Amino acid sequence: MASAPSKLYSDDVSLVVVLLDTNPFFWSSSSLSFSQFLTHVLAFLNAILTLNQLNQVVVIATGYNSCDYVYDSSSTGNQSVGNGRMPSLCATLLQNLEEFMNKDEQLGKQEPEGRIACSLLSGSLSMALCYIQRVFRSGLLHPQPRILCLQGSPDGPEQYVAIMNAIFSAQRSMVPIDSCYLGAQNSAFLQQASYITGGVHHKPQQLDGLFQYLLTIFGTDLHSRNFLQLPKPVGVDFRASCFCHKNTIDMGYICSVCLSIYCKHLKKCSTCGSVFGQAQTQSDEPSATNRKRKTTDA
Amino acid sequence: MPDNRNSGAKLVVEFKSIQGHKYTKEGSNKPPLINLANAQGGSYIFEFDSYSDLHVCRDFVSKVLEKSKETPNAALEKSAVKLPDEQLSEEEMQLRIKLLQENSELQKLHRQFVGGNILTEAEFWAARKKLLDRDPSKKSKQRVGFKSAMISDIRPATDGRIFAEKPAVHRAFLNFVPNKMTEMEFWTKYCRAEYLSRTKNYHAVVAEAAEDEELAVFLKEDDILANEVRKKIRRVDPTLDMEADEGDDYTHLPDHGIFRDGTKESNELQSEHYRRTLLQDLNRHAAVVLEGRTIDVEREDSTRALAEALARSKRGNEGADNNANEERLDRTPRVAEIEDLQAPHCLPLAPLSIKDAREYFDSQQANTLKASRDSQASMKCSLSRQEAYGSVRDAISEIKDMGLSDPIVNPEVALKVYSGLTHNISSIKYHLGKNPRETVLDRLPSATKEKLLYHWMSIQELLKHFWSSYPITTPYLYSKVNRLKDALSNIYPQLEEMKESLPADLRHQVSLLVRPMQQALDAAIQHYDADLQKRSAKSGEKPNGYV
Repeated sequence: MASAPSKLYSDDVSLVVVLLDTNPFFWSSSSLSFSQFLTHVLAFLNAILTLNQLNQVVVIATGYNSCDYVYDSSSTGNQSVGNGRMPSLCATLLQNLEEFMNKDEQLGKQEPEGRIACSLLSGSLSMALCYIQRVFRSGLLHPQPRILCLQGSPDGPEQYVAIMNAIFSAQRSMVPIDSCYLGAQNSAFLQQASYITGGVHHKPQQLDGLFQYLLTIFGTDLHSRNFLQLPKPVGVDFRASCFCHKNTIDMGYICSVCLSIYCKHLKKCSTCGSVFGQAQTQSDEPSATNRKRKTTDA
Repeated sequence: MPDNRNSGAKLVVEFKSIQGHKYTKEGSNKPPLINLANAQGGSYIFEFDSYSDLHVCRDFVSKVLEKSKETPNAALEKSAVKLPDEQLSEEEMQLRIKLLQENSELQKLHRQFVGGNILTEAEFWAARKKLLDRDPSKKSKQRVGFKSAMISDIRPATDGRIFAEKPAVHRAFLNFVPNKMTEMEFWTKYCRAEYLSRTKNYHAVVAEAAEDEELAVFLKEDDILANEVRKKIRRVDPTLDMEADEGDDYTHLPDHGIFRDGTKESNELQSEHYRRTLLQDLNRHAAVVLEGRTIDVEREDSTRALAEALARSKRGNEGADNNANEERLDRTPRVAEIEDLQAPHCLPLAPLSIKDAREYFDSQQANTLKASRDSQASMKCSLSRQEAYGSVRDAISEIKDMGLSDPIVNPEVALKVYSGLTHNISSIKYHLGKNPRETVLDRLPSATKEKLLYHWMSIQELLKHFWSSYPITTPYLYSKVNRLKDALSNIYPQLEEMKESLPADLRHQVSLLVRPMQQALDAAIQHYDADLQKRSAKSGEKPNGYV
């Protein structure tokens, strides 16, 4: 399991990669306004940077049509932009975010068809993991990375496979994925992500105190988590979505070759093409002759 | 208690309570005493008149103590294992006893079921054939090897050690005795040779060797040995990969070894034959001791016969060596493959056809849109695309103009959040325990956990035998099933009792754990009743249930 190189840095230096959900369709119908949300998040990012001089923060925006890096605290091109009313962190981030939103709007041309669209969580997770891998390979001295997912949009079942792949690779590199879900329902993907990788998942009850939640729960570095008590979910929703209809199912059929999940019995697996055998019907009195017939068939 | 020979009181001590015994050694100046240590920490000291009495008493005590240590377990097992109707060999019984002693879980089950006459011995072990299949360790008769002390006195031992160490002497013995000289003379000459080489008077050695041919044989370098060593070197596997790395190079470390100055060595070619170093002797001796004896010493009476037997065994080994050599030569090209010269590996495999993932995801997109339209929850986006993006952009510019709000969080709200979190964390910790992966079993008191596991094990065992006896075809199976059913029904009250004894907060969790056990028992008993009904309906005239 330990594929990450030895972490020979000070114990509590952290690299936090924040995945910011910027799905406009969600934010326009959420009780927490986007500007309030941004305020909380910006203050939180500042706080992380003040916790330790060597802490790093990277922000990736999860859009509706695309994802992109919006802020990197370790890059040297952070000139102070605009008026001096706010720290350069905020100014740079907001500037980049605006540009990102413009680009994102240009990319998508179709209407969301009356449902809440999902943001591209799998894309931003992958980008975060790539960045972290680069940090790992930069040498022995690096901060301890973790991913913080601030998500409000619902789960997109068509992203199930990609998200699970990202989660497993995070688990293998020992990168915890913390998640804070701001939407109405529960997010099964985020719960699973935090459970599998050893991160913290929380759904805040009071959205206007978001900053307090972020600082109390998600501000702690990995070393301190060994002796701090953080909230645990009572149960984890482990349901998968089937590969044929993308419904969330709890019982289904699984291909024994590639482990794809289906909600009904199929003759052939659509992912790897292996042909399934006939299901044996249960017989009440398995006599010896019946048994012999079965073995010659198979 | 002091020694009072005149007292009439007798002291009776059970041997069971005696833990150990100590005694004084014969050579020391102390009087002969035996000290028997009591279980409670006291000790009894007995004084003897002479050491021979002490030895007798000591042997007796040690025998009794050994026996008394093993009786509690062994007796029980022996009585349980003996069966009138089964022909068990002594070996098998020993194996069963050993298995029971090693595995305490098995022992508990055995005691409960076989001791309680629910299962017979045969049935119990029939389910565990795998354990019994193991061959009891065959004790091979061990031959006593050579003593590791090098021969220091001149007298040659008759155990053939000299022949094993010095094959040239062995050959000389076979050739000279009894043709050229008697055994006595042979050994005299050998001892003379040993003496000479020990004096390190090199010139005397050369002189005497020149005079006496047979003596020279003893003083020369052992050529048979040299041949053997050469053969061994040739036998080394060339495919053995011994990689040396920096850690192996100790010669260049400071303070290692003695610097060897080769200038002082004199080269006298002719005399090389007569030099034999202590190091060579030591190495040869060590090799022979480790090899052990190849023949049985007790059988050979005379040295001559011993020598011959040794020669025979050596010849036998040569044949095996040749075969091993051939094998090695065959294996070498196989192992050390030269990659460029190999043919391409074409293993018969079914080609793996995994479809292009993109194709899969794209085709599913249409499905998703169709499906999730009905399954989404309350909140729907009422704004159009432009409006949505516009509102987000407005929010961003608002912050840019206004700066971050002050305070970022309302203090009351923050306090509420904080106390809510604390409360949440402490209550979860109370209910679920600190470790999210902790199981329910770990949180129960250990006695309850033990009982639960024990019940589970016994239920599994009983159910295994129960279900394997269906369908009932012989009266034996019928009686067995009856026995098992009684045992199964007895478990219900035991489970209830265990649940009653727990404090109220654990009771719920334990009853959740116990439910599958009860369900399994219910299923078994239901099946029994149904089968009984069927049987009695079928054979109305035979009320005693015989098929």
